[in-house]
Formats: sequence, C-alpha cells, structure tokens
Amino acid sequence: MLTRLLSDDLPRSRLLMLLLIVIVIGLAGAPFLFPGSKALNVAVKISIFIVLAASYDVLLGYTGIVSFAHTLFYGIGAYGVGIALYLLGPSWAVVGLGFVAGIAAAVPLALVIGLLSLRVKAIFFAMITLAVASAFAVLASQLSEFTGGEDGRNFRVPEILQPGFKLGNLSLWGVEVNGRILSYYLIFFGSLILFLILLRIVNSPFGRVLQAIRENPFRAEALGYRTVIYRTFANALAALAAALAGGLWALWLRHVGPDTTLSFSIMMDILLMVVIGGMGTLYGAILGATLFILAQNYLQNLMGSISASLVDVPVIAAVFHPDRWLLWLGILFILSVYFFPTGIVGRLRRDPRARRVL
Amino acid sequence: MTENASIREESATALPALRRDWVPIVLPVGLALLSLPLIGNGATWATLTFAGIAMGMMIFLMASGLTLVFGLMDVLNFGHGAFIAVGAYAAAAVLLRLSDWTGADTMLLNLAAVGIAALAAMAVTGVLGLVFERVLIRPVYGQHLKQILITMGGFIVAEQILHAIFGPVPISLPLPTAFRGSLNFGEVTIEKFRLGAMGVGFVVFVAMAVILTRTKIGLLVRAGVENPEMVEALGYKVRRLFVMVFVAGSTLAGLGGSLWALYRETVTAAMGMEIIVLVFIVIIVGGLGSVGGCFIGSLLVALLANYAGFWRQRWRWFLIFY
Repeated sequence: MLTRLLSDDLPRSRLLMLLLIVIVIGLAGAPFLFPGSKALNVAVKISIFIVLAASYDVLLGYTGIVSFAHTLFYGIGAYGVGIALYLLGPSWAVVGLGFVAGIAAAVPLALVIGLLSLRVKAIFFAMITLAVASAFAVLASQLSEFTGGEDGRNFRVPEILQPGFKLGNLSLWGVEVNGRILSYYLIFFGSLILFLILLRIVNSPFGRVLQAIRENPFRAEALGYRTVIYRTFANALAALAAALAGGLWALWLRHVGPDTTLSFSIMMDILLMVVIGGMGTLYGAILGATLFILAQNYLQNLMGSISASLVDVPVIAAVFHPDRWLLWLGILFILSVYFFPTGIVGRLRRDPRARRVL
Repeated sequence: MTENASIREESATALPALRRDWVPIVLPVGLALLSLPLIGNGATWATLTFAGIAMGMMIFLMASGLTLVFGLMDVLNFGHGAFIAVGAYAAAAVLLRLSDWTGADTMLLNLAAVGIAALAAMAVTGVLGLVFERVLIRPVYGQHLKQILITMGGFIVAEQILHAIFGPVPISLPLPTAFRGSLNFGEVTIEKFRLGAMGVGFVVFVAMAVILTRTKIGLLVRAGVENPEMVEALGYKVRRLFVMVFVAGSTLAGLGGSLWALYRETVTAAMGMEIIVLVFIVIIVGGLGSVGGCFIGSLLVALLANYAGFWRQRWRWFLIFY
C-alpha cells in the first residue's frame, strides 16, 4: 500500500524516513499540535512550497534544465484564482474556474517557451526564462486595471474557508475548528496529492527518460527519444503543478500581488530549497522546503539573540543581523553545490559502510 | 593575386579582405530614422535618440565583459549583476564621503570626485571578479548547470553582504554640481550627465576595439573565442587569458554600475538583478561572444526603450529599467 502510494520510490534511509514521517505528521496535525496563526501560516507555506520545490525539481534535478520562470507559473495560477474570485465573487464554481484559467494560461505559455528555447543549450533556456519572467512581473504590476498593479487584489473566498466560519462550534483538542483550519486541510491534502502525483510521474517511464536526458542528452536522442519534446513536456508539467500551487496559495492568502507570487526572491528561495534539500529526488524538496521556511521564520530569532550578544563587534554583529539569514543559506547553497550535489537527501541515503572514493 | 589585397611582408600569399557586413550597423541607424516620422517632432526625436544612445553606452559597459567571458570560456556568469551593484555601492560610498568635492561649484573637483569614485568601483569589482573566478567558477568549468547555480549563489551572497554593510534602505546619490541640469540646443535637450556617460562608453568601446584588433593579447582573445583548444595547442594558456578577461569584464561592470548609480541617483542592492535581465537581452540580441554585436544590441535596446516610452505611457512596463 505504502509502496504503491510512494510509487515504489521509498526513502531508502532510516533517518530520512524518520524525518519525512515527522514532517508529514507535523503538517497533518499542525493546527492542533502548534496552535496559533503564525504556526499555521508557516505550515501552509511549507505545504505549498513542497509542491513548488518538487515541481521545480522535476526540471532541475530530473531533467537537468534551469528555469527562472517557475514563479511566473506560480504567479499565473495565483492570479487566475485571485482575479476570478475578485471579479465574479466567492463561490466554488469560481474557484474551479480560476484554477482552470490559471492552468489554461500557464501550460501553453510553458509549451511555447520550451519549444522555442529548449532546443539549444541549457544556459540559453535559463537566460530566456529569466527575461520572460521579469517581463511578466513588470506586466502584472503595470496592467493595474486588471491585476491591481503593485497593490494586487484582495478578494473573498467561499464562505466555508473564511475565518469567521464555524463548524457548528466543534472543537477538537481545545482548538476551535473554523474556516482557517478547513482551508488549511484543503491546502494540505491538495499539496499531498500533487506531491504524490509528481512522485508517480518521475518514477514512470517518462521520468526515466527525463533522467536519461539529464545524464546524457546525446545518448537519449540517439536512443530515439526526442529530447526537445520531453524537456518541453517536463516544463509544461512543472508549470502545471506550480500553477496549482499558486492557486492554493491565493486561496489561503485571500490576496494576490506581484510581491507574494511573482517576485524574483521567491524564485531564489525555490532554487535554494531544491539544491539544499537534494536535487534529483523529490524527498529533497520536502526537506529543503521545510528547512528553508522554518529558517525564514524562526532562524531570525536565533540570529537576533546572537547579534544582540555581539553588539560590540561591528561587522560580526551585522553579519548575524536577523535579516541576514539569507546570507547563511546562500553560503550553504554554494557549499551544497560543491560538496553535496545530491543535497541532504543524497547525504542521508549514502551507505555509511560503503566508502566512496570522491 | 587580386590587386586590392595588400600583401604583408611576412606572408607570401595574401588573403582577400573580408567583405564588411554593414547590416548590423545599419540596424540602429535605421531604427532611429524609422522612428522619426512616428514621433513627429524633430527636437523630441533628437532628445530621445540622444538619451537612448547614452543609455545604450552604459548598458554596453555592463554587458561587454559578460559576452566576452562567455565567448572565451563558455562561462555565463549569472552573478554579473552583483558586480554592477557592488560597483554602484563602492562609487556611492566614495562620492558620499567626498561630498565637499561633489558639492563644490568647480568642474575640476567634481570630475576628480567622480573619477576617484569610478576608479574605486573598478578596483573593488576587479578584486571581486578575481575572487569570484577563483572561488566559484574555477571548480565548475565546463558544467553549465553547476555554473548557473554557483554563480546565482554567489549573487545572493554578494547581495546579502551589500545589505549587511550598507543596510537595506536605498541610498540616494545626488549628482555632482557640474553634471546637473542639461544643455539646450534650440528645443533639443541633452542632460549633461548623459553626455559624460556617453563619452566614457564610447572611449571604452574604441579602446576595446583597438585592444582586440590591434594588440597581441586581443588577437589571442579573439583566437580563443574562435577555438580555445587550438590556442592552447599553440602554447598559450587560455585559462590565464580567461582570468584576465574575466577581471577586465568585472571592472567594466563596476564602471558601468557606478555610472548607472549616478544616472539613477539612487543605489539599491536589487539593481543588479534588474539590470542583468537587460544585459542578457542585449547579449543575446548581439550574439554571445561578440563585442561589436553587444554594442549594437545595447544601442538597439536602449533606443527602443526610449522611443517606446515616448509612444505610449502604457508601455511603461517595457521601461522599468529606465
């Protein structure tokens, strides 16, 4: 059963298994285990970014192409749901319409970008996606009649998901079940299903071809696989998953704007998550996203206390300033690319008895 | 032998000269001329064209190093934007300390202050380029995926260090007195600073062209772009050449960054990322590895940006970099 659910791609490491179980249980019980709105926010972000990082890993880790347009598709998904709800009012049909609209915009765009630029070297694809993504971000902030410009759009979600909604005064373990908690579970299960689907895809024959392309595109082509087509499909698939994750994020935030969906810093965050967690394995996305979001939200407190105790040493204190957490993750990122290209998961999976010659 | 082919002393058989390809040179000129009727007003057109050329020169400064580095070693430095930002900050730090000089009403002191700031920016980014090449790029030669990731990582770290040193608030950088305002020729307005930036850009372009076509090092660089293995086989160390070009490219990025900072009159750590997109567009349009193409590409993009900004206010999204 479990093997089937995980598409026969088991964690293959006790510690990794343990970590994954802890994360999944933590997320599944987040509203009750860690009450409070900040903790719930963090849990939602982790769920959504797991999908986002996993779908990016399909591109980066499995197919070996670097895209900087992943937040573009994430943003399109979020704007699809957001604008639909803003224009047509809150109802489930509109939510569905928003998701469909987001996908209908994201997937063809991904196909076009892929067909145009995946024929050539990976480096050109990276440059072109960067240019397209930044043009799109500017477009979204300038078409203010439609997207709300820099301020974005606030909108209402269906009633069940609103914070004021009470499930008949039901309370579990001392926590009142309200619309927020229902939204949380909608997003949690949505993310879980998306993740399992992605896991299924990368372990399918299609996923094997993607890995073959990553390892040696010439040989893959020689074996009769059209690499352009496969890469383009991988790009479209990743775009699809990202758009769905974006839609879920919009439902949670009840707001869409360029900063929360399209900004380049989110792209960097995803890149860091995937590389630190481990490229080429979707479990890396889980670890990377969890670690990153936790660091983003809680590392700052720790660094704040270090910084406070070092006030007398000017430069060191500045480096440990709470806002500099990204500096440390950036350094960790560079070190990961050098020394553990397979990230945390690759480290954990390595058999300690087998001495590998580097 | 054809009559017009000049016969050099050392070569017994002369090669017929390559036919000059005029199309790239005609492109920006054509774009400028074509847009004249679309703008209608000659004075406005001249103002816009001039502003575009000045902007193009600054973009060229920032982009030329990147394209050469790519051509020579197949290395695309996604962290190039960090050099631009670092150059801008270094220049701003120097200029703000020399506020007596920049505020003075004498051209000479103003020029000296800007010159010192630009030199400081170039020195800092040159050293940074050396470190970047050694620490980040050398271990991942020939591996594109890792190169992109590593240089992006370097970019993040550099940006964060800038934040740590200068704080997250944008620094405003007033222009020195002598560069404020504009010159008026009839209805044509030319900002003084743009005139200066254009001069610097043009001098650098000419210097680069001369070095690349008239010196031995330039010959080696061009040969390296064409066929690095062959140059290695002839006994030259392409790698050393590459480090040199990389550092030169970084200093140029620093120079461009300092000019850009003065042009925008504010400095933010995010500016590197904003400009790198423009730089990528320019070097792709110009053809990766070609300095002349980069020059033409910069002019095209900058002219187009200026005209488009005039044509329609709603096209502001095209002009975010402007």
